[in-house]
Amino acid sequence: MVSSYEYDDGSYDSRHPSSAASQPGGDHGYDPNFVPDSVKTFVGHLYRHIREKNVYEINQMYEGSFQLLSERMFRETPWPSVEAVAQYVDKDHVFCLLYRELWFRHVYARLSPTGRQRVESWDNYCSLFGVVLHGVVNMQLPNQWLWDMVDEFVYQFQSQCQYRAKLKSKTEEELQLLKQYDQAWNVYGVLNYLQALVEKSMIIQILEREKEGLEQFTATDGYDYEGGSNVLKMLGYYSMIGLLRVHCLLGDYHTGLKCLAPIDINEQGVYTIVIGSQISTIYHYGFANLMLRRYVEAIREFNKILLSILKYKQFHQKSPQYDQILKKNEQMYAMLAICVSLCPQTKLIDENVGAQLKEKYNDKMVKMQRFDDEAYAIYDELFSYACPKFITASAPVLEEPLTNYNQDAYRLQLKLFLYEVKQQQLLASVRSFLKLYSKITVAKLSTYMEVDEATLRTILMTYKHKMHAVNSDGKIINNSDVDFYIIDDVVHVIETKTPKRYGDYFLSQILKFEEMITELDKIKLD
Amino acid sequence: MVREREPLQQQQQQVSYTVEQLVAVNPYNPDILTDLENYVNEQISSQTYSLDANLCLLRLYQLQFEPQRMSIQIVARILIKALMAMPAPDFSLCLFLIPEQVQMEEQFKTLIVLSHYLETARFHQFWEEAAKNRHILEVVPGFEAAIQAYAIHVLSLTYQKVPRPVLAEAINTEGLSLDKFLEYQVANSGWVLEKGNGRSLLIALPRNEFNHPELRKNTADGIPLEHVTRIFGVLV
Repeated sequence: MVSSYEYDDGSYDSRHPSSAASQPGGDHGYDPNFVPDSVKTFVGHLYRHIREKNVYEINQMYEGSFQLLSERMFRETPWPSVEAVAQYVDKDHVFCLLYRELWFRHVYARLSPTGRQRVESWDNYCSLFGVVLHGVVNMQLPNQWLWDMVDEFVYQFQSQCQYRAKLKSKTEEELQLLKQYDQAWNVYGVLNYLQALVEKSMIIQILEREKEGLEQFTATDGYDYEGGSNVLKMLGYYSMIGLLRVHCLLGDYHTGLKCLAPIDINEQGVYTIVIGSQISTIYHYGFANLMLRRYVEAIREFNKILLSILKYKQFHQKSPQYDQILKKNEQMYAMLAICVSLCPQTKLIDENVGAQLKEKYNDKMVKMQRFDDEAYAIYDELFSYACPKFITASAPVLEEPLTNYNQDAYRLQLKLFLYEVKQQQLLASVRSFLKLYSKITVAKLSTYMEVDEATLRTILMTYKHKMHAVNSDGKIINNSDVDFYIIDDVVHVIETKTPKRYGDYFLSQILKFEEMITELDKIKLD
Repeated sequence: MVREREPLQQQQQQVSYTVEQLVAVNPYNPDILTDLENYVNEQISSQTYSLDANLCLLRLYQLQFEPQRMSIQIVARILIKALMAMPAPDFSLCLFLIPEQVQMEEQFKTLIVLSHYLETARFHQFWEEAAKNRHILEVVPGFEAAIQAYAIHVLSLTYQKVPRPVLAEAINTEGLSLDKFLEYQVANSGWVLEKGNGRSLLIALPRNEFNHPELRKNTADGIPLEHVTRIFGVLV
């Protein structure tokens, strides 16, 4: 048994007789009951490795074999049905749930799921999480798989929200399914599963205890070397990131960041082990901070992750997530371009990242400084390209007239963002004037800006207000590159120059030099 | 600079223990909606504030969106409280959660305009507009004082010494009451009154790292220990 959890409904295969019959139409001779030898071997081995808690081999099969077989044999059809493979894995209940999770993930990724499959996938997650939450699971699964589970769960929820928000083109049968299974992918259900995983796993307490040195979590990458299971713990950990994402999709940035708060993203935490998890965390964290006007914080984190993608992306070329990594990479450059246009803290950006940013967005960033219609169009374009796929999560109104409202949430977030941009429209030009002076009178500056003195004073105050963020503790954080203060009617300007940091430069040179000496020592001259 | 947010929050926790707990333990449960609505009114009568609880309520409204279930009055009160929390971006945080068609409501449009004036430091227009809409705002005690505190916050980010008329406009106080106000700040908050260039009075606001940038700690000088540890191996 993969788990000591006994399912009281008897054997697994009696539960889902319908799934085989509901394949996407027109499948080319797909027989859900036919199990090719390679699949028999695959499930047999995977099952054995899971029973033996061989995380390394599980991971090889999960990341390697599953992708390979999908690529070779199931490009256009689903994998064999769970009922058909169950006999090769002792009809193990939990293994069957895991298999179905993969099965649906494959359908979502390569084919397009039918209305019924969407409902069934939801049911499968409920059973799977139910086992984890209420049963005694003793498996040890690779972090990659556990992350993918949470990530896919949130993805399918998001996909369902888009699906049910496009009501105009639905068939009678699809509408009937939505009506009948209105609890499937219900937003409260989704949020409560994630929340339950966080709570039941005690992950917040574990991270707290770790800070006091009472527990190991980060040092073991979340695995349990003493025979326990990592499943609940890691699902709970990743659910915090899942909650951040769901809240971002709903436009609730404050609560999203709160959900992530137990993870200290300044530390080399467990979230950085799986690249997908690291990217999702920082992408949503950065986006939420951008919406909260904490530009420096967003720039700092985008810079860090973009630098690490730049350095390590070749290692992920073969990963099934590679395309996704590249896409998020591009989106984060777009967000960085937005942040830097609103708050030109270019000194926070590494020169390699800066070079990429310039190459991709230099023309657009120059235009964004102007704050005319074209500039707005670019803010609009970059935001729309880079933002999460916002959702309207409330239940669909299934009465005539049926409408499509899948764009509503996105349009609202975009509108409010552009409103913020508009409030800041004069800041770029006042900044460019301030840079030229160390002292200038309000009167003179107002003539340059072509406004009256009273208006100029409001612009200067707006600059100060917008360039100071409020952090999560309620503390005021200065974000400005060019700073000033006013005495009566004279503006005194200070350009914050960070002195070159020689310390780090010397440190890295010392290391390089040491490496060179070691290399030289190795060379034996005859 | 933390302003007076801290004591306010401490107070809140005492008053609100149970509802705050509901929000913490059970944030995704539509059944707490009525409790949260009542809690908004409680925040108003006790002059306390909980962003978390209010966002939770807006989220519940958003998730089970039936326009008739949403109380316009409650949402308006949340928005006014959010204005009072400036310079924090609470007002935007609330708008992100309010469906666009609901934002078309006349009351909300007014509040959005007021927020816009505050965000762009146009205090003169703000107070004018606020005066026209007193019936919406006066429901919430402490509104004027909270906005004045925000105005003073922005002024003290910007000015070392602010001319009296600029201050007067920002906090919407003139003449004798302004004299009294200044007297109080001189005695309690370290404000100093000075003669300007012959014309009007200047008010020196308390020094902080925002209007005296030289006070800002220079963090660029040090090297974090973990960077140094990298060369320990070499040093041995």
